Amino acid sequence: MVVTIAGHNLSIGYPGRLVGEGLSIRVNEGEVLALLGPNGGGKTTLLKTLLGLLPPRAGNVVLAGQNLSALSHRERARLIGYVPQVHTGTFAFTVETVVLMGRTAHGSLFARPGAHDRAVTMRALERFGIAALAQRPYTEISGGERQLVLLARALAQEPRFVVLDEPTASLDFGNQGKVMREIRALADSGLGVLFTTHDPNHALRAAHRAYLLRAGACLADGPVPEVVTTERLEALYRSTVQQLRDERSGATAFLPG
Amino acid sequence: MTRSVLPGTLIAIAVLAAGFAVAFLVGRFPVSLADIVSVLWSKMTGGASGASPSVEVVILQVRGPRVLAAFLVGAALAVAGTAFQGLFRNPLVSPDILGASSGAALGAVLGIYFSLGVFAIQSFAFVGGLIAVTAVYMIGSAIRSRDPVLVLVLAGVVIGSLLGAGVGLVKYLADPYNQLPAMTFWLLGSLAATGVTDLIPLFGPVALGTLVLILLRFRMNVMSLPEEEARALGVAVGPLRIAIVAAATLVTSASVATAGIIGWVGLVVPHLARSLVGPDFARLLPVAAILGGGFLLFIDTIARTAAPVEIPLGILTAVIGTPFFIWLLASVSRTWS
Repeated sequence: MVVTIAGHNLSIGYPGRLVGEGLSIRVNEGEVLALLGPNGGGKTTLLKTLLGLLPPRAGNVVLAGQNLSALSHRERARLIGYVPQVHTGTFAFTVETVVLMGRTAHGSLFARPGAHDRAVTMRALERFGIAALAQRPYTEISGGERQLVLLARALAQEPRFVVLDEPTASLDFGNQGKVMREIRALADSGLGVLFTTHDPNHALRAAHRAYLLRAGACLADGPVPEVVTTERLEALYRSTVQQLRDERSGATAFLPG
Repeated sequence: MTRSVLPGTLIAIAVLAAGFAVAFLVGRFPVSLADIVSVLWSKMTGGASGASPSVEVVILQVRGPRVLAAFLVGAALAVAGTAFQGLFRNPLVSPDILGASSGAALGAVLGIYFSLGVFAIQSFAFVGGLIAVTAVYMIGSAIRSRDPVLVLVLAGVVIGSLLGAGVGLVKYLADPYNQLPAMTFWLLGSLAATGVTDLIPLFGPVALGTLVLILLRFRMNVMSLPEEEARALGVAVGPLRIAIVAAATLVTSASVATAGIIGWVGLVVPHLARSLVGPDFARLLPVAAILGGGFLLFIDTIARTAAPVEIPLGILTAVIGTPFFIWLLASVSRTWS
């Protein structure tokens, strides 16, 4: 049986402010799901609800067959790795220390990281090609490198799922491509991946399925070629959209306006 | 930039050793290094020391307890400041800025006013400190602002001045001949009256709180991340935050109950320690404790010897701390914008 994160009939929001209702969503192992939608449509709220950082106002989230609310933070962290939007950080921890924090859920309260934890950390750094940065302060590396460090930290959790909040938001063109390739590679190695993005082209590049969210309601949920279309995107963003096709490869891309 | 933490750790240990040596050797009654070694050696082995009885009294009864107290208070304030800075993700906070010191001072002053025993004064100080930090934190998180750091610091200033008014009221009501001079002198920060009997109620809480914080050192790294990230990494943020605040407030209040308000140590020393060994709490906490102990040994030696009368410790640390804070504010606002 496929292991999933499944939200059933979710109402999402904050105390005193309902953001969305009647949302059902499923993230499968070995598959990338892209969450698309305009600003303020509820992407981040839905993401936090699925992570258990925000309790659902109604409905429930089932993680690997168990009710999310019945799992401890520790148990959740061993199943889902969370990659937040890139931040600069307050203290100048080394890159290695940051990634080592991904091992938190694998040790007891007073535990110190052991040789195994350090080996997992180094493997995660090597996977993203940033092992050379291990002793550099996190606060002094570039935005693209920080995004990879946070990805490596999520991987060091040895989770079944990775959830990313706008992983490309502050990255340059080249780094966006690199992160999209890494996301796809995570799914190819068996992990389930959910990410939010402002760019439908990132869904085309990396995702198997897409979930379109507008004003707290689901407009469409299905395989990328069926869901990410000109008509659907125009309805999603209330804006005209052009589709471009590359003659040689047959690949498509969208332009706003 | 690769950096080993070994040189930084050695510097901190050297500062502490020098602090101990200076604190024992310098003073109105001259004591030599040989005297100290022979007296301590004889104490441990049970033999005769060969030093004169008056030297032995100075080392064991007068200077010894004071030196140990200075070390413990300095270490406690530095450890508490390190923990608070990590927990509130803010290099500008410290036990005094968060109200822990003034809350503990009000508790302790009330204890003195009611002529309570040492244990009760300690408990009053702890409860006062805990209430103050909790109030500051709740105000800081209740007021939504673009700059939560500023709100937290301002909340600390406001609560601190309210508690200061409370301290003022107790002083106003206190017996002007017996209680008031004691309160005033003690509030300015002093180890002058510290004797052997004061060491146990200081050592117990400081050791307990520091042990808890050092055991939690790897969790404290995670706690210095934004709250949602810490939770997503598997940390039960709520209970852990309470444990860290309680431990840091315990060591702060124990040092306040013994030595009065000695500001700035909890702010300055964590920064010096971080510049020596980096921000990883596994290294930072012990090094901050060592450095804080050494720092206050030097300050207390100056307090004892620089003038014909004792200079209050709080005044000396303020003279050092205020320019440091202004420099810090300038450098932090550069890197944070």
